[in-house]
Formats: sequence, structure tokens, C-alpha cells
Amino acid sequence: MTETAQPARPLQRLDHVVIRFAGDSGDGMQLTGDRFTSASALFGNDLATLPDFPAEIRAPAGTVHGVSAFQVHISDHDIHTPGDAANVLVAMNPAALRSELHLVEPGGTILVNVDTFDERNLKKAGYSSNPLEDGTLAGYTVYEVPMTSMTVEAVADLGVKPRDADRSKNFFALGLLSWMYSRPLEPTRRWVEARFGRNEKVLAANQAALQAGWNFGETAELFEHRFEVAPATLEPGTYTSVTGNTALAWGLVAASQLADMPLFLGSYPITPASDILHELSKHKRFGVRTFQAEDEIAGIGAALGAAYGGHLGVTTTSGPGLSLKAETLGLAVSLELPLLVVDIQRGGPSTGLPTKTEAADLLQALYGRHGEAPLPVVAAYSPSHCFFAAIEAARIALKYRTPVILLSDGYLANGAEPWRLPDVADLPDIRTTFATEPNHLAEDGTAEFWPYKRDPDTLARDWAIPGTPGLMHRIGGIEKQDGRGDISYEPANHERMVHLRAAKIAGIADDIPPVTVDGDDDADLLVLGWGSTWGSISAAVERVRARGRRIARAHLVHLSPFPANLGEVLGRYRKVLVPEMNLGQLTRLVRAEFLVDAEVVSKVQGVPFTAGELERRFLAALDELEA
Amino acid sequence: MSDAPTTTRKDWASDQEVRWCPGCGDYSILAAVQLLLPELGVRPENTVFLSGIGCAARFPYYMNTYGLHSIHGRAPAIATGLAMARPDLDVWVVTGDGDGLSIGGNHLIHALRRNVNITILLFNNQIYGLTKGQFSPTSEIGKVTKSTPFGSLDAPFNPLSVAIGAEATFVARTHDMDRKHMMETFRRAHEHRGAAFVEVYQNCNVFNDGAFGAITAKDKRSEMLIDLRHGEPIRFGPEGERGVVLDAQGHARVVDVADVGADALLVHDEQRAEPSLAFALSRLSRGPFEPTPIGVFRAVERPEYGASVSAQLAAAQDQHGPGDLAELLRSGATWEV
Ligand code: SF4
Repeated sequence: MTETAQPARPLQRLDHVVIRFAGDSGDGMQLTGDRFTSASALFGNDLATLPDFPAEIRAPAGTVHGVSAFQVHISDHDIHTPGDAANVLVAMNPAALRSELHLVEPGGTILVNVDTFDERNLKKAGYSSNPLEDGTLAGYTVYEVPMTSMTVEAVADLGVKPRDADRSKNFFALGLLSWMYSRPLEPTRRWVEARFGRNEKVLAANQAALQAGWNFGETAELFEHRFEVAPATLEPGTYTSVTGNTALAWGLVAASQLADMPLFLGSYPITPASDILHELSKHKRFGVRTFQAEDEIAGIGAALGAAYGGHLGVTTTSGPGLSLKAETLGLAVSLELPLLVVDIQRGGPSTGLPTKTEAADLLQALYGRHGEAPLPVVAAYSPSHCFFAAIEAARIALKYRTPVILLSDGYLANGAEPWRLPDVADLPDIRTTFATEPNHLAEDGTAEFWPYKRDPDTLARDWAIPGTPGLMHRIGGIEKQDGRGDISYEPANHERMVHLRAAKIAGIADDIPPVTVDGDDDADLLVLGWGSTWGSISAAVERVRARGRRIARAHLVHLSPFPANLGEVLGRYRKVLVPEMNLGQLTRLVRAEFLVDAEVVSKVQGVPFTAGELERRFLAALDELEA
Repeated sequence: MSDAPTTTRKDWASDQEVRWCPGCGDYSILAAVQLLLPELGVRPENTVFLSGIGCAARFPYYMNTYGLHSIHGRAPAIATGLAMARPDLDVWVVTGDGDGLSIGGNHLIHALRRNVNITILLFNNQIYGLTKGQFSPTSEIGKVTKSTPFGSLDAPFNPLSVAIGAEATFVARTHDMDRKHMMETFRRAHEHRGAAFVEVYQNCNVFNDGAFGAITAKDKRSEMLIDLRHGEPIRFGPEGERGVVLDAQGHARVVDVADVGADALLVHDEQRAEPSLAFALSRLSRGPFEPTPIGVFRAVERPEYGASVSAQLAAAQDQHGPGDLAELLRSGATWEV
């Protein structure tokens, strides 16, 4: 029997569904979710994902600490979030059920691998009685599926060791869910073949488990119907599914091509940024040099050294790493060299919640340095936007000879969405020029090169790279004489240089797009966002509008400097709400800068806002304004 | 580069006034470097001096080359990026005992183990000069300084042992009182493909005057300095009456040649891949108060890091052609709408 066989069950159409796969860290739930997502993307759904995994690589098996989950929201229309509550939970063991049940909508569907619900596993999960029997799941539609035993049976003839057989059970789950939601199996089969092709037995076992899961849905009299989520009507074009980290890595490759400068990545492994290092390490054909440094400081140091030599220098990290890089960032500000620092934010401080998302490094990015050391900060707002944000950050860095911090977060980094691929020809030209000639005539007529002579418009300094004859010069972290660049301890010169560096960064405001407002002009309430809250805010704003309420929203990509019109925009509204995955960092900034009545909507639970949470807050604010 | 136009010392000196304390050993090191470079047939525009923080770190300002005076301890990391990105450049790192072995110790050892193509000159004066006289990681135990009024309790590093332990492929020592020896040592270091590490005994006449006087003073050298020469028995003393042997435990020991016979002397082999010999020689002297070897301890060949990185890029491009951005964006599963 194959997937092309006529479904025996009636097909029910859904406009969207949120499925949460949950199991032990070793159960392969991330992979299962990822594959389901890919098949859905190829099928044409709009989608958003939320991988949610523990910090430990393999926490004790069977415990709630070891539960790894992957939520995917698939839809026949444009969506912005991985969904508030799951419609369906796939729980591979009691611990998964226990830790994830509260995330399932009332009356939702629960599929459990019933084979694992034995006394030992129940105890490990902290259940004193079996939730399948004691009424815990009353009100839910529960399917008890013997996933382990069915998988073992399916692979029995293949000569697979029992342990390997057990490991294929996630493919059984994937096959079953693919049947339930009418996902084609073919893309998954092809992927399994490519991934496990070298290990024939594992390949055969996974393929057999996948098919067995599908067949189980088809033949067991358990399910009343199958579901279908039709393809979404998306803008025409070629689509792919990307995570934020992949898009960001590709954006860096693109920036290197658009700048016509080789890419150099200096990086130290840190969750959740390491995947950028992994991805870029593959792209040697693009002339990308990746350097796994001895520590975070060496990562940025090497990137700065490469930048000094005329490469596009990049370092990638997360919050704690950004702290370690702070001193070198001060040097880069002083040297006025282009450099990109990518911070994939996570729950902090310290190790905090390393695999969970947060956006609490904004103030660190803006101010976390010694001395007056302003630099531009750009924030990505969706997985695919990470691509464009990387190019924009590189553009600013090169044009203004300045380090730029690019903020993303764990949610964007690991979350996936369909991305309509841009035409490469439409991407901006971000080339810069190196000095090749002296730029100053000394009083005695000698032609000299002054490394701190500036472009009068951008205030960017002239940049000569080593290897350029006749332009040898010395730069360093000591204060430099304006123009000439020699060491200077002169008080008035220092003050002038501090102001010049600040003015250069402030001036970028005229070179970035003004912030645009989406929404009702006569609204009283403006929602101001930045970073990954974009999806949740979009969904919540749509819901508020669907209720006939007026609301406006704006989203910042540039956090330093702010777009030139931001103050004017904020001033138009009676109330500004700022959803942030921190305690109110942007809120504080806009209050201080523009004296507006901005109020934070804060969440720091390691997971993004749900649309429902924001909808309630927005409605409450509107009620208050109207009262 | 025999076709490179010849330069003179003047071409390598910048117009900046040199601001070390009068009498500082740094002056003679600067002179040695500026005198050597014209002999190497290299060009100022293709030469970069990088430094961290400390007295030694001012060095780049005085060179008419490209120069980067960075932050404390980080010069080897910055130089690693530069040397990887620009294999066409001659990259020199000037550091000190505090900069290179304390705050920047991690970067130093990793640059050495990777064998990045940089020439590292570590000016060892066994003191913190720029911060006005605290003990350094090479100061002797018991050193009385501003931060150790009762004497330092820290066991010092032996910079050469550290470098050899860090898998350095080129390790040498020289001192600021002997221009010829410095020039010869720096020349060898510059010739070396990969990371070259040179410890330069440098007198800080303000905060640690005479730290090396017992071995580097003109009248002391012949009995206290052991000039290592590849392939030759290790002998020293005014009449070559003393020498070095390896004892049964593998320790290097100073002996009277008359006692052991010339044939028993250790023959120096800087090219030995296995580092025990170089290490034993680095341990021969416990400090600059007993006979101390100088010269090249170790010079072995190992693939240079930046070249290996470039080779991987070239191989990938040879095999699959240069990268195509549009193709990259379509490298995952795609679908049409
Ligand atoms: S403090 Fe010592 S090392 Fe520094 S410049 Fe003066 S003499 Fe030289």
C-alpha cells in the first residue's frame, strides 16, 4: 500500500493546524518536526515553527527535563506565528505528555506512544497514576498508538538491531501524521535516502517505519477522518523554507558578494549562534574563510584583523559572548573599521536559558562598552528577514567604517518560514572604496595619507589597507588627532573626536528608511515593536482589527540610530505599547529620547509572545483609552 | 624578492618621536629591526606591525609600515585574522611578558599551535613597565614590587617552555645588548613559514634595571650565554671549556668539557620534530643568573595555517567552481507558487 491509495476515510478541510511533536531528547523530535515542516512547505502551506529543546544534550531519559518539542503551524493563508496553543500533541512518552499538555488547546487531539506508558516511565515523568486511565485527559481526543511495537514489527525482517529499530519510531510518528494531514511522503523518503544512504540498514528501517506509520493511519479503524490544509495563496515566486540562522549566513555570503570583498568569520561556538558558523563553513566556494577561534575575544579579534586587511569581517555570538567582545568593539569604534557582530540573543544573564529565546541584549548592544562608543544596531524581525538584515548591517558598516551589531534571537535563529526568494539582481550594491592615493598635502608640499580624514557627508574616514604603496600609517586604540591620525592626548581634540564619532553614527539616520506605520491613521494606540516580536504583533493586530477596533503598528529594524521620523510618528498617538522579550529596554529608550507615554508589554519566559497574549493586552489598552 | 627595490633604514622609520624612557632596551631592538628589514628585500607597504598594550606595544608607531596598536593581549588574535586574510603580507607581532603571557596568554598559545604565519617578538623585561612597576608572569618568586611589597608568591613562566609546549614550530631567544645576534635571530624568525616565537631579553632600566645584566653584560656573555648553533656541539666559555650534555633522565646539564670529553657534548638539532630536546634546553637555565642558551632552539616545518585555509578554498573552487548566490538560495528544497 502506498500513499497514492484512495483514502478510506473522509477528508476534512482545515484552514490551519498547530501540531506539537514532543518526546525525549533522544527521540528525534526536532528532526521529525523539521521533516513535517519541509513536506508542508513543499506542499505550499504557509508555516511558522518553534523548536523548543532543553539545554542538556541528553538529559536523563524519560524525565520532563529531557523533553524536546517542536511546534509547527501550517496554514492555507498568510500566518505570522507558530500558533498559540497546539491543536495536536504527539507525545512519545509520559514525560512529554506531562510537560506539554498545558500547551494543548482545550478539546485538542493527543496522540501518545502507548508503549512507553509503563510504570517505570510514568514514575520517571512524575505521574502517580496513568493519565491515560485516570481522567487527566478527559475532554481531549486521545489516540493511543503502540508506536514502538509497531515500528519494531515493521523492521523485523530487515535484520535491524532492536535498539536501532526503536530509534526509527519517530519516523513511524511522522508517517502517521503525514497520513492524518495528507502530507506527501515522497519528499521525506528522498530526504531519508540522502541522509541515511550510507547506512543501508538504518535507511531501510526508517523507510519502513515511515511507511508503517502511514499504513497504520490508513488501516487502523482509529481515525474517523483525515485532514487537509490546502496550500496558501502566497505571492507567486520560487519559495524555500529557511531558518533565521541559515538566512543570516546566506545574507553574509550575499553581503560579501555585493561588497566584492571576501568574507571572514571569526567565531567561537555558542548556542544558539553556532549554526551560522556551521553553515558558513560549508561555503568555501564563495571564498568564505571561517575561523573557529580559541575564545569569543579571539573570534572578534581575528575578524577585526581580517577587516583591517580589507575583508568583510564578521563575528557571531550570543549574549555572554557579546559581553566578552565588548573591549574589542571599543577598539573597532576607535579604529573606525567596518565589522559585523551578530548577536543571537538568548535567555540571560549568564548561561541563563541558553536554548530559549529572549531579546534582552538591546541595551548591551547600544551601550555595553567603555567610553563614548556609539555604533549602529540593526535587528532582524523574521527568519527570512535575517538575510536582508545581514546585508543592511554590512552596508552600514562598510559605508561608515564602523562596527555594527546585528541582533537576532533564538526564536528567529531556529524558527523556519517559507521565503519567496529574492532576485539576486535586485540586491543592493554595497561596494566601498579603499584609498589608493595620498589625501593631504603637507605645508612643504609633500603628499601624505591621513587615515582620519573624513568624507564631509558621511564622516566616514579614508581607508587604506595594508599592501597599498605609499599610504603606510599607524592606527590604534589611543586617541587620534583629528585628520592626521597620530596619537593625541590633547583635551580639545579628544572632545572633537568623541563628537565626530557620535555625529557619524547619528548621521546614518538620514541614510535609512523612515519608520512606516501600518494601520489606522486615526488610531489612538500605536504598537511599537522590534526584532522577533514582529510575527506575534502582526497576528495580534490583525485580530484586533478583525474585531473592528482601530490600532496602528510600527516595527523598528534600525535601533541605532533610530529612523529620523520616529519621534514625530510616536508623537501622533495617545498611547504607545512596546511588546518586548525583556523588561522594557526599547520602551526606556523611546521614553528617554522622545518623552512619549510608552509602556512595555513584557515577557521573559524563554518563548515568544502568543498572538492571544498580545491581543488581550492591546484590547485592554484600547478599552482604557476609550474609557 | 630579489627584484624588490632596495630600502634603507630611513625608509622603515616613521616620523614619530620615539617615546620610550631614555636608556630603555626597546631602542636597540627597534634599531635591530629597522636595520634588518632593508636586508630582507621586503617592502614597507607589505609589512604590518601589530601590538597589544605595554611599553613594547608602542613599537608599531615607530615603523614606517602599516601598523596597528590594539588592545591588551589580543594582538596574536588580530594578527591571526590578518595573516589568514592576507597571506601576501609580512605580519609581525610585538608583545611583552605581561601582554603576551598574562592577559593574552590564550591567544599566544593558540596562534603558536595553529602555526599562523606571523613573527612574534616578545620583549621580556620581567616587569610591568607601562603601569609603573608591578610583577609580571615572568618575574622571579620573591620579587618586591608595588603590588608585592612582601615579595611575589607567583611561580614564573618560562616563555620558551610555554611556546614549545604550545607546539610552536620556531622558538628562539636573543637579547637587547647584542644587535648582531638580534638581527640574525629576527632574520631566521622572519624566514620561517608559520608562527615564529622570539623571546628578547629586554632591560627596563626604570622598573627592573639590570634584570639580565648577570648574563648579557659584555664581560659576562662568554661565560653566561650559550650560543646554540644547529648541528654543532653545545659549548661555551671563553675557551669553549664548558658544554651541555643530556643526562640519563633527559635533562640538559652544564658540564666542564674536560670532565666528560668533547664527544659527550650534546649536538644541537633545531630541526628535531620531537620537541623534548628543545624543551630540555629551554629548562637548562632557571633564570638570567646562570648559563643561559640563546639562539634558535627549534625550527621545524609544519603546514602554515593560513596557507592551509586558502588551499581548502582553492580546492573547493577547483572542484565545484566559484559560488553562485542564486544557486545557494535554491540549495534547499524549493517550490513554485
Ligand atoms: S618603563 Fe621600562 S620598558 Fe617601559 S619604556 Fe621605560 S624603560 Fe622601557
